[in-house]
Parts: sequence; C-alpha cells; structure tokens
Amino acid sequence: MSTVQLDHVSRWYKNVVAVNDVSMTIGPGVTGLLGPNGAGKSTLIALMSGFLSPSTGTVTLDGEALWRNEEVYRQIGLVPEREALFDYLTGRRFVVANAELHGLPDPGAAAQASIALVEMTDAQDRTISTYSKGMRQRIKMASSLVHDPAVLLLDEPFNGMDPRQRIHLMQLLRGMGAEGRTVLFSSHILEEVEQVARQIEVVVAGRHAASGDFGAIRRLMTDRPNRFVLRTGDDRRLASVLLADSSVRGARLRTEGGIEVEANDFGRFSEVLPRLTREHNIRLMEVTPTDESLERVFAYLVSS
Amino acid sequence: MTTRAAGTIARLGVASVFGRRRGILLFVLPLVLVGLAGLVRFLVGQDIEVASNVLYGLGIGVVVPLVALVATTGVLAPEIDDGSIAYLLAKPVSRHTIVISKLTVAVGCVVAFGAMPMLIAGMVLMIEEPSLGPGYAVGSLLGGAAYCALFALLSVMSRHAVVIGLIYLLVWEGLLGGLLDGVRWLSVTRWSGAIIEQFVEGVEIVPDLGWVYAGAATALVIILGTWLTGRRLRGFNLTGDE
Repeated sequence: MSTVQLDHVSRWYKNVVAVNDVSMTIGPGVTGLLGPNGAGKSTLIALMSGFLSPSTGTVTLDGEALWRNEEVYRQIGLVPEREALFDYLTGRRFVVANAELHGLPDPGAAAQASIALVEMTDAQDRTISTYSKGMRQRIKMASSLVHDPAVLLLDEPFNGMDPRQRIHLMQLLRGMGAEGRTVLFSSHILEEVEQVARQIEVVVAGRHAASGDFGAIRRLMTDRPNRFVLRTGDDRRLASVLLADSSVRGARLRTEGGIEVEANDFGRFSEVLPRLTREHNIRLMEVTPTDESLERVFAYLVSS
Repeated sequence: MTTRAAGTIARLGVASVFGRRRGILLFVLPLVLVGLAGLVRFLVGQDIEVASNVLYGLGIGVVVPLVALVATTGVLAPEIDDGSIAYLLAKPVSRHTIVISKLTVAVGCVVAFGAMPMLIAGMVLMIEEPSLGPGYAVGSLLGGAAYCALFALLSVMSRHAVVIGLIYLLVWEGLLGGLLDGVRWLSVTRWSGAIIEQFVEGVEIVPDLGWVYAGAATALVIILGTWLTGRRLRGFNLTGDE
C-alpha cells in the first residue's frame, strides 16, 4: 500500500504557472485526474513520477522525495502519454528490456506474466512499429507493470483507443485498484473517469478545483445551467411550451431566429425536449449547446 | 544489477544507431576514407607528407567527427526527441550509468568506423612507415571520444543536436580552425593532431601545440562532457516544452 502525497506544490516554467499550490493525497485504489487539456495534468504526473522538481512544495511517495531519487522507480510504474516507443523492437523484447533495467531476477518470466496480463501474448513477437494505438498502449502498460509496482501512473491512457480497447483497459485498471495498488490516470473526459475511478481529482488551469467521489463530482458538473440554441419550425410556440416545464429556467427568442434556452438540468432537459416537440408537433431542426465545451464546464466548477 | 542494466541500454543503443537510415553513413564514411587513401597511394605513391595530410584532413577532420556525430546522436537524440527515453529514465538506474552505457556504444562506433579504418588507410598510404596507421588510430580514438562526449551533451541540451553539431564542425573546427591559429587551443581536431605527432615519426601536424596540453584538454572534455550529460539527464523534462 503506497501513498503519493503532494503538499502545496507549485510548478512554473519561466513565468507560466503550470501547477498552482496543489495539495492532494493519492492512496490505494483508482484515482482519476480530470481536467481540460492544458490544465496541468501532465505536469502533475511528471511531478508524481519524479521527472520534474516542484518549484515550491513537496511531492513524496510514502514519505520519500521523488525528485532525483532513482530508487523510487522500484515502486512506480509510469505509462507516459507520448506514443513513442522503441519501434524497432518486438513487443516482447521491449518488455524484457524494461524488466532487465529494473534488475529483476528473471526478466523473461516477469515479461511473460506482464504481457499476458495485458493480453498481448499473441502479438508479442511482432515489432512495435506494426502495432495499433491500442496495442501500443497495452505494451506500454506491460512495460510499466513488469516489476509489479505498488504505484501506477498513466497519462491519458485512453487517448486514441477504440471502445473495446477502452473497456479492456478499464477492467485492467479496476483490477489493479482492487488489488490494493495506487493507480492514478489522467483524462479530460468525465465519462471515462467515472467508469473506472472512485476517487476523482479535478484540476483546472493548474489549480486543484475539486476532489471527491465520482457521484459528488458528477453532480457538480451536471447540476449547472446549460444553454442551448434551438432552431425549430415554430420558435415562439416551443418557447412558451418549454417555459412551462420545470427543467427550463429561461427561453429567449433570438432576433436572428431560433430560441436560446437555459436548462436547469441537462439530463432532464434532454428527455423533455424531444417529448414536448413531438406532443406539440413542432419540428426541431437543430439543437446546439452553447456552453458545452469542457472548458466552460470546468470554468463553472472553478467559480462555484 | 547495474552491469546488466548497462548491457541492456547498450544493446538498445546499438539497435537505435543501426536501426535508422543514418546508420548507413557509418559504413560509407570509412569506405570513402580507405578508398581515397588507395587512390592517393596509386597516384602519388608513398609520401609521408601527403599521407599525413590525407589522414589528418579527411580522417581526423571529417570522418572521425562525423562518425562520432552520427553515432552519438543516433544513440541519444531520437529517444530524447520522441520522449521514449522516459522508459530508460523511469528505472532504478543512475543517470550516469545510462550516459556511460550509451557513450560506450558511440565510442565503440568510433573504434570500428573511425580508428580501424584510419589504421587501414594509414597502411594503404604508407606501408614503409609502420607508426603512421597506429598513431592516427590512437588519435582518432581519443579525438572521437571527445567528440562523442561533446555531442552527447549537445543532444541532451538541444533538439537540434545534429544541425548544431554540423555547424560547429564546419564553422569552428573547419573554417575558423583553418583561418585562425588561436583556435588550436580550443579545437578537438587539433588536439588530436598534437597527440598523433607524438606517435608518428617525422610529421608536423599542428605547430605550437604541446601534446600534454592536448591530451589533458581531450581528457577534460571527455570527463566533463560525460558528467554534465548525466547531470542534465537527471533533470530531464518528460513533458517537453509545456
């Protein structure tokens, strides 16, 4: 059981602040690090994996400093975001090399076990350059698991995976968490995080915006006013119909045509809208969320 | 444990150098050197002055530094460029072990594709002077090792190590070194020349440069370059230019 602890950590590059006074404790189980692109997730993972020194504050693994301490890598498995691998090696050679670098007594056996865990045994003798994105991700996983680390850090592991690979990786991560490993992965997609992680840490613009279990974070993120622009066959009538429903907080006819709707509850509104248009026989031509971008969601989170 | 890790890093390094198209240069450069040596011998005959000029100008001045550049950047730069060096760094292995293992591969390339061909070229050019080839081979090894250490440091400091290395060779070692005498104090190629003079009878390559200074300066570059590269690698920035 290992714990990664960040204590008032800030990190800046010249005069750009990437991480701003973040304190968090990552314990056993799966933790999701959620935030929009550029929020500082990669910087946080680099700090937690000893690749960056904090400008201020401390990052420790079970009380030991991570920066300039190569010994911590006996405990840590790191899956970097970048795709690049040793393309000229076969998957097996790559994982064996990782096992050798860890100084494991039986690199071959450790590699086999790790490759089997990520279900890459069949493809292990192909060169990595022939692998798909998902296979690369899995062989990266195998390389980082080869020394049976207590802590597993993954930077955007789901990027570029197809749904089947995604499900497989999610199962794998859940299993690791259930075994008592400390697993942390970053993502910018809430749905992805909440399917795997019980604990979620949200970072926005370098700051630690929220922390809690996925239910709490989900409520924070969805119970907020949503704005949509609708183009319909009869704007005025639909506007009045919508206003009568409790899921809608406001509706405004736009001078250029269309209705601007502010909904209280995204989930309910998405059920109500098609039903109402059908009941009143109004054609619905277009529904455009105007503030659905993640940045807006996160901005809302930060301001609340 | 460390030795096995070092062996793994070296093996990966060898694959990295020869797994790329640039690696072909390592075979082409010595062929050009030996080929030209043969041509000169055929046209001019055995002449110590000419032989030494060919070995110094083409061998020490061009082939050895280029071999060192191709080998060192081949072993370090691509992994740093694409971030895959993270897999080496996220291991309980000292950064200095990583650098020394990689430099061993690069220096090995210098021996195989620099020093050995120089030995052969020396014999082709002048079989009557048996010290010529070995003397130049020793100079190639020492100068080549210094170049490796220099280019290793360059590789961890800049993403344009190859280009900067080439410009440095062309402008500083080549152009300015030929024009300004003072450059000899700060020129790896000229240090090699001064060392070679100690081994080969009857040639003067770099006037007014003591071999003690040249040897010490070469050693200093090798040691300092290696150490600084390891130090720089300790603070390697995984996320790139964020």
